[in-house]
Amino acid sequence: MSEHERTQTQPSTVDAESTVGEDEQSTGARTVIEARDVSVYYGQEQALQDVDLEIPRRQVTAIIGPSGCGKSTFLRCINRMNDLVDAARVDGRLRFDGTDVYGPEVDPVALRRRVGMVFQHPNPFPKSIYDNVAYGLRIHGRTDELDERVERALQRAALFEEVSDQLEKSALALSGGQQQRLCIARCLAVDPEIILMDEPASALDPVATSKIEDLIESLAEEYTVIIVTHNMQQAARISDQTAVFLTGGELAEYDDTDTIFEDPDSQRVEDYITGKFG
Amino acid sequence: MSKRSTPTEGNGVPPAAGQSPATELQRSEFVVRKERLYGWLIASCAVLTILVTVGIIAALSGKAIVFWTEISPVTFFTGTEWSPIINNAYGVLPLVSGTLIVTLCSALIALPIGLAAAIYLSEYASERARSVLKPALEILAGVPTVIYGYMALVYITPLFQGVLPLSVQLVPPSIPLVPEFTLTVPALQTFNVLSASIVVGIMIIPMVSSISEDALRAVPDSLRQAGYGLGSTKFDVSTKIVVPAATSGIVASYVLAISRAIGETMAVTMAMGMSPQMPHFPNVLDNLAVSSQTITAAMVQIAGADSLGHGPTYEAMFALGLTLFCITLSMNMMAELIRRHFREVYE
Ligand SMILES: Nc1ncnc2c1ncn2[C@@H]1O[C@H](COP(=O)(O)OP(=O)(O)O)[C@@H](O)[C@H]1O
Ligand SMILES: [Mg+2]
Repeated sequence: MSEHERTQTQPSTVDAESTVGEDEQSTGARTVIEARDVSVYYGQEQALQDVDLEIPRRQVTAIIGPSGCGKSTFLRCINRMNDLVDAARVDGRLRFDGTDVYGPEVDPVALRRRVGMVFQHPNPFPKSIYDNVAYGLRIHGRTDELDERVERALQRAALFEEVSDQLEKSALALSGGQQQRLCIARCLAVDPEIILMDEPASALDPVATSKIEDLIESLAEEYTVIIVTHNMQQAARISDQTAVFLTGGELAEYDDTDTIFEDPDSQRVEDYITGKFG
Repeated sequence: MSKRSTPTEGNGVPPAAGQSPATELQRSEFVVRKERLYGWLIASCAVLTILVTVGIIAALSGKAIVFWTEISPVTFFTGTEWSPIINNAYGVLPLVSGTLIVTLCSALIALPIGLAAAIYLSEYASERARSVLKPALEILAGVPTVIYGYMALVYITPLFQGVLPLSVQLVPPSIPLVPEFTLTVPALQTFNVLSASIVVGIMIIPMVSSISEDALRAVPDSLRQAGYGLGSTKFDVSTKIVVPAATSGIVASYVLAISRAIGETMAVTMAMGMSPQMPHFPNVLDNLAVSSQTITAAMVQIAGADSLGHGPTYEAMFALGLTLFCITLSMNMMAELIRRHFREVYE
């Protein structure tokens, strides 16, 4: 089933990739995710209201806002993790490389291979470090040069030095920060184009957090990173664009990070950023 | 329990407190006494279960030792004939073999089906399907075993007798050079191991599935999310993430189910009769077609004979009981080792 799916979606990827290669400079083709009037409902309750957003390729885009404003919900729209919630319903258009993510020809399983996700709490599998990273490669049947791929993923996640001599040890024996970098390595191993991160450092101590932040900045050279964060300084430090969601699930403002933090358009966003509420 | 509550109790009952209402840092004497009484009650229940277990072992061993002074343990454990009443032959091996064959075959049926059912219930079934299937499984678990024995004798055996014996040519004769190989499934006797294994297998499925399901549902949802986030199908998530993470619970369910199969008596006595057999080689399928006897069935037979109360035949029952107990005990210990191993790997 998945094999079949891959053959279906691959042509469009190749097309999109090549167009991007041609006019990397022109700003229009740099958009990788395009949301138009995206609304999400959980049963009767609306969690996102008509969100319009264009996310550029190979940059870090931060999503900030008070808790319960729909940041996670928006993130989970992009890789269709909301499909797993029975009550959730998504309206509007969401394009990834020009393809409608909710279109009939898109299989969420195939989509998630190209849009990876890192969660708020580190959630390594109760397996060895090696098996955690190899998991995605194995289920996708890409087991040639497995050792090399695993090592490369661990290196890109800045974890290899620390664990190179204990790859067969349980992932659960690692510290929280190491576990989170392992989860990032696990996600990188399958070569996604986009990495969604939902408050990836909120459960970590300051040292581990700063390692993750450095890592995210380096990842933006190869990947598109979309990160939800509670921490405004973090958004200011690591992101190129920032989207501010406010209570009720509306996108209040979306601009370059510098503009958002120094000179936001709306008073409400300024109040939120200066800590007057939220 | 006592360690934690001691300091409170010591301070809580000042000698002069009497009937005066407890101050903020004290509890009334009545409450403290009540608490202590509950502690004793709970502890005595625990002690009772231990006493019963020890009592059983003592009772079994006492008579078993008497038996082994009359019949040497070497004869008992290495003898290949069990015919206590007619031939005075007390070799336990045919009974052990009968028990192990039925247990193995029923496990081959119940362990995969039970686990698959557990995966379905925990990962795939909608709330509505679950609300129908769970009670259905519990009913299956509640069917008296004598009814299973009856089913085997009256329905399952005739069903198989209708299609057996059967010869299947595994290598088509058209292929040159390869020697012809034919699989022959023999005809079933009226009492046979096959139908006994099938009903015992069905009998222990609910045990496997309900305990395994609890273990699967206890796997944190964050692991499933991680799996889906990596582009896993539901089947990948269930079999490569959830099942491995629940291994120790699944092993526990297997052990309990196998122990139950080893101890099963009524259904096997009815379905496979009372003719002790040494294992048949090399035609292993013959083992399933014939009547045989398990340790438990042999004990029932002795208990029903008129030699009750004296003599080696009577005492043999205790030696058999002790043997059975040792088999289940070693099963449980093996399972505990497996569980520890997985705990080391995963935690
Ligand atoms: N699975 C769900 N079922 C029902 N309501 C949900 C679910 N997930 C989130 N919500 C609701 O949607 C709103 C947005 O939630 P969320 O996206 O998690 O916010 P954030 O990540 O910004 O804190 C909240 O009001 C929350 O209660
Ligand atoms: Mg959230």
